[in-house]
Amino acid sequence: MIVYLDNAASTPPLPEVLAAVTHAMTDLYANPSSAHGLGAAAARALELARGEVAALLRAQPPEIVFCGGGTEANALGLLGAAGLARGRHMVVSAIEHPAILRSAESLVGKGWQLSRVAPAPDGRVTVESVLAALRPDTAVLAVMLANNEIGTLQPVAEIGRALRAAGRKLHFHVDAVQFAGLVPLDVETLAADSLAISGHKLHGPKGTGALWLRKGARVAPLWDGGRQENGLRSGTENLPGWVGLGRAATLCLHNPQAGQAVAALRDRLELLVLETIPEARNTVPATTPRAPHIASLLLPGLPAEPLLHALEARSVYASAGAACSTRAHGPSHVLAAIGIGERDAVLRFSLSRLTTESDVKVAALALREAVDEIASVVKLRRRDSKP
Amino acid sequence: MTTILCRYGELFLKGGNRHIFLRALANNVRAAVRDLPEAKVSLPHGRVVVAVADQARAEACSRLERVFGLVSISPVASVAADIDAICAAAVVEAQAAVERDPDLRRSFKIEPHRSNKQFPLQSHEIACRAGDAVSEATGIPVDVHNPALRVGIEISTQATHVFAERRPAPGGLPAGVSGRAILLLSGGIDSPVAGWLAAKRGLAQEALTFHSPPFTGEKAKDKVIALARQLNRWQAVSTLWIAGFTETQKRLRAAGRPELAVVLYRRMMVRVADLLCERAHCGAIVTGDNLGQVASQTLTNMRNIEVAGRHLILRPLLTYDKVEITALARRIGTYDISALPFEDCCSLFVPAHPATAARLSDVERAEATLDVAKEAADIAEQAERIVL
Repeated sequence: MIVYLDNAASTPPLPEVLAAVTHAMTDLYANPSSAHGLGAAAARALELARGEVAALLRAQPPEIVFCGGGTEANALGLLGAAGLARGRHMVVSAIEHPAILRSAESLVGKGWQLSRVAPAPDGRVTVESVLAALRPDTAVLAVMLANNEIGTLQPVAEIGRALRAAGRKLHFHVDAVQFAGLVPLDVETLAADSLAISGHKLHGPKGTGALWLRKGARVAPLWDGGRQENGLRSGTENLPGWVGLGRAATLCLHNPQAGQAVAALRDRLELLVLETIPEARNTVPATTPRAPHIASLLLPGLPAEPLLHALEARSVYASAGAACSTRAHGPSHVLAAIGIGERDAVLRFSLSRLTTESDVKVAALALREAVDEIASVVKLRRRDSKP
Repeated sequence: MTTILCRYGELFLKGGNRHIFLRALANNVRAAVRDLPEAKVSLPHGRVVVAVADQARAEACSRLERVFGLVSISPVASVAADIDAICAAAVVEAQAAVERDPDLRRSFKIEPHRSNKQFPLQSHEIACRAGDAVSEATGIPVDVHNPALRVGIEISTQATHVFAERRPAPGGLPAGVSGRAILLLSGGIDSPVAGWLAAKRGLAQEALTFHSPPFTGEKAKDKVIALARQLNRWQAVSTLWIAGFTETQKRLRAAGRPELAVVLYRRMMVRVADLLCERAHCGAIVTGDNLGQVASQTLTNMRNIEVAGRHLILRPLLTYDKVEITALARRIGTYDISALPFEDCCSLFVPAHPATAARLSDVERAEATLDVAKEAADIAEQAERIVL
């Protein structure tokens, strides 16, 4: 019996998704672009999937561009917008996922300037600090909905409204990879221009994602070819993957209450941990607006990786705040941005709608034991460090 | 079929035991190419000749470049013992060589070797005929004293070979001829290089590594397995033993003053290696020790560690610089694996200030608090064995 609490890294695909993928691979192997009836059947399945993804985001089907994953969807939104922009200034939050940060950095040196907006200590950027970073030549802005390491929600809708109120004409891209799936999402309320999601974060297949591109907003394709996906994403459609993504989106839509249930379990986990491990604390205050599925817990003075292995030895699977926190990986840019040093372990337990009450109890107990095990060795080391 | 001529170096120097060394070399060459299509290995006088199907030529060359005991290899054209055929092949080989490396266009020389004395032309005549053909076809000038390109022609009673390419092989002695050893392998940069150097002097090795779960993870284990596999491509290591160290490490950590911990761990590792030496019929232990690099590698502590075991301890890297070790690690393909971030031996267990010159009596007093022989036996008994 394993307790999988690493859903922010990847979620298990649901049986219905597997069935949809298998069906598409088995029966819908024709190229959707082919003129014959088999091609037409594949094209119809593709458009159904597009409708399912649009429904999840409360968008129109033509606004959905299927992609090969969240990173690609983010690159298409960000770099695609930059490719058509007149201005040469870009603003991103300092705690974006590397998919955004490194894409943005890739433009520096190609005539672009980049401003990174630092978050407050609670792990959120403020509307004011984002607006203050804008310049007359700012062409692209990117802010994520939910941070992947600490789960904090960014005030994306407020930023969008403020941009509109100020009459700013820039491309506002939103990374919703870590947010979409549990809480109903309505792109219309965000006042954004593009938004990226990833299939495997919401129980769909890996290697699938989608970019919502507001009607009227434009991006340049990252490459050219057969001009599938309205010319924005050349390459034969990954029909099985995208059909699976569509099915996963629909299953999310069928569970509108999932966010609340998961948040309750997340709160329960945090409570159990804080009760049984006196030195543990929330990485950001529990009152901060947060994605429902991420519990980020800080254990002062302990190394993260051995804790993860000790949890694994008890069949509990989680992540460090960053992908990993050994020296060679360097500290997490997100934790550094909110003032957390390398000496403390930050563990990320991420839940899904498959997580149960018993999972949460087992995890809390395992963490208690893991902390004891690792702390006994760390204390020895600390004791003899003293002169 | 492609024929590859393999030359061996210092085996020539061996006297009465030469046939033993040659047999080992031939066996290692055979093992290297065994699974390639139509592979055949023969031992004409003074050479090892490998034949493989044409499509396996590149793979065979890259494998033979990693066989210890060989000093160089040449893919050759096999032709009839006929001067016209030889000249035509010399032109083709020379053209191919200058295409790979235009710098070789500077000058060339023909180097004939005629052991088949029935061949109607003498070496000098062969050189003149082939030299004329090559310079006419390619325009490359002849320089018999300092040629950039050397075209070899070997005419023996069995075959006639023409070649212009010589790829270096590692030299040394065939792995296995010097005996067997246990290599203490970590995930670091040094120990794989030590194992490679030991193999180069003819040692066949089984590697032993220690793991401390949960302080070290599965990825750290995979990293050491990857290192052992890379060494296996050089025929340096055949087997990997993975020994669980956590509980013993904890007990040793608590047994004495913290600054003794590193010496205590290393002595235990030597004891376990000792037991595996007996089990696997090995005569020595190979380590990546490097004089003065870390606290356990002072003269005093190396001595303290050595006396815990009964077997000879070999330290091929003892006098190397880090720069030299790193360069070798890159050359043998272990550096990029060693550079992966997963730690094999958790730094948590290393004291903040390890002793550089522990007193043996202090060490032995600390060990007296537990049954070190039994701990070592248990670790060796429960070690997991992976055949590479």
